[in-house]
Amino acid sequence: MRFVKLAAAVFVTLALASCGGEQKLKIGVAGPLTGRDAVFGAQLKYGAEQAVADINAAGGLNGQQLELLYGDDAGDPKQGRSVANNFVGEGVSFVIGHFNSGVTEPASEVYAENGILMITPGSTNPKITERGLTSVFRTCGRDDQQGKVAGEYIAANLKDKKIAIAHDKTTYGKGLADETKKTMNGLGVTEVLYEGVNTGERDFSALVSKIKASGADVVYWGGVHTEGGSILRQMRGAGVTAVMMGGDGIATNEFAQLGGPGTEGTLMTFGPDPQKRPEAQAVLAKFAARNFKPEAYTLYSYAAVQVIAEAAKAINSVDPAKIAAELHTGKSYKTVIGDLAFDAKGDVTRLDYVMYTWQKQPDGSITYVQN
Amino acid sequence: MDYFVQQLINGLTLGSIYGLIAIGYTMVYGIIGMVNFAHGDVFMLAAFIALILFLMLTQLLGVGSLGLALIVVLVLGMALTSLWGWVIERLAYRPLRGSFRLAPLISAIGMSIFLSNFVQVVQGPRNKTMEPLLSNVLVLPIGNGSVTLAEKQLLIMAVTAALLAGLWYVVKHTSLGRAQRACEQDRKMAALVGVNVDRTISLTFIMGAALASVAGLLWMTYYGVVSFNDGFVPGVKAFTAAVLGGIGSLPGAVLGGLLIGLIETFWSAYFTIDYKDVAAFSILAIVLIFLPSGLLGRPDVEKV
Repeated sequence: MRFVKLAAAVFVTLALASCGGEQKLKIGVAGPLTGRDAVFGAQLKYGAEQAVADINAAGGLNGQQLELLYGDDAGDPKQGRSVANNFVGEGVSFVIGHFNSGVTEPASEVYAENGILMITPGSTNPKITERGLTSVFRTCGRDDQQGKVAGEYIAANLKDKKIAIAHDKTTYGKGLADETKKTMNGLGVTEVLYEGVNTGERDFSALVSKIKASGADVVYWGGVHTEGGSILRQMRGAGVTAVMMGGDGIATNEFAQLGGPGTEGTLMTFGPDPQKRPEAQAVLAKFAARNFKPEAYTLYSYAAVQVIAEAAKAINSVDPAKIAAELHTGKSYKTVIGDLAFDAKGDVTRLDYVMYTWQKQPDGSITYVQN
Repeated sequence: MDYFVQQLINGLTLGSIYGLIAIGYTMVYGIIGMVNFAHGDVFMLAAFIALILFLMLTQLLGVGSLGLALIVVLVLGMALTSLWGWVIERLAYRPLRGSFRLAPLISAIGMSIFLSNFVQVVQGPRNKTMEPLLSNVLVLPIGNGSVTLAEKQLLIMAVTAALLAGLWYVVKHTSLGRAQRACEQDRKMAALVGVNVDRTISLTFIMGAALASVAGLLWMTYYGVVSFNDGFVPGVKAFTAAVLGGIGSLPGAVLGGLLIGLIETFWSAYFTIDYKDVAAFSILAIVLIFLPSGLLGRPDVEKV
């Protein structure tokens, strides 16, 4: 009991101490800033940071300066929840994040309970926006769209090949693998192997031998680059030439470093490269000046902040609930990744997944190029 | 048949790496009865040291010969990792040696967290990779099919066997080994008859770290990737291997490592991969019910 009183006293003191001075509007960016998905966490962080800096430089959000707070969930659902509670305590109004679907899911419940508006730039599991939470949005696509594109591609182009499916047992990885499997099975292609592996492991030799014995020509990988790259490297090491196919989780050049020279020819579904859009060019120059390569989700994160700013401007309010209502009207907002409009669930209305191939560049590096 | 042999090779390779790390756990436990939870992270650190040394040699100094580079990395890596092992023992464990049993254990867990966080801060949280090395593969015809045996898999198994034999000799036939066995039986009595107990224990930690360093280098050549939290999974598996083989027993550690590697691999090969850890740990539990001191461990005799 004494502890509770003491904690309450400390809390009140801190709360008072943080008052006073010019009121800044707090916006949180949360993601795996450390841990195995730190590459993606950095993309979210840099994207939001740049957007907030640009909005502040242009006079703030309806005249109010923004303050960016960082939350590191390390890709762990439990830490995600504690980051969310921390943001609530700090009085954050908007959150950009999280990245891993399995982390976004529990964290978004905390945000919804506390009236915080959340936009995830990278969580693609369908469930995120299927729970009737009105304060949850995303600027990326959904795995059922992505899995559909992957499954249809397999049925159209690889119909006579043997397909193996592997996933990392996470909300994202298994979800994506299952969507692809469903689409592909519906179109009459049956896989020869379906397996789940543990995240955090490095030895996949048993899986590789299994793939080899199954005679698969294509390995569909539902998961992120860490395990995907290692599986690919070990496949090539054991003389397996099957083509790998993955989703947005492998969309980082670290995948090619992990996979080695055998990465060439890997197929991947991802949104059309936002870096090629004319709207993005001015922002790209700013990232170049900061010496950060705005890969994959960086611009989706930038766009998430922009969406909030545009909606706040349109209704001349910074109240998260009013902004959420405004976003649900289906109006379209200009962002660096093109015009975005949201449906009643909080998903973007445009459907955009295209196929990429990992190709060798003239400088010898291997990167993903849109087909 | 060829599938079975292929998975056998996979299992033996993985098991050899577990075994090499397990020796470090088992030696320390044997001599001071403490589980050195930081050993998995010493292994991770060793893999980083191997990677950094290798890149320095090949990229900065332009050493062309792969064999030469690997030998230099091996020797320097063993020296540096041993230094870490010695410093950890000196700073974190020796001051607590006379203390109650749980104190060094907690200190070891703290050291494990310290090492992984330290590497995360100084090396960054991303995966560090190395170009594939020794990619030659031997294709052996077996039955109607063939199996592939990579040179590095052969290297890993051979190195593990050689190190186990060497270590066995040291423990059984040298004065250091005699001192180690004496400390294991009764530290106070060993000190009374002139064994330098502190030095013997330090040397045990150094030997364990040197083996972890070899495992780290083999890991880098085989998997080609390391990140700051790669000490955890192999560490836990190796510790399990040491317990399964009978903690305190050298051949037991390698036997346990091979068994864990084989169980994991064969379960993955013939059943679903999802449940491989469940299978491995269930077998561990069953073995411990019937053989509480592990496969080759000697039961604790109450000294009166």
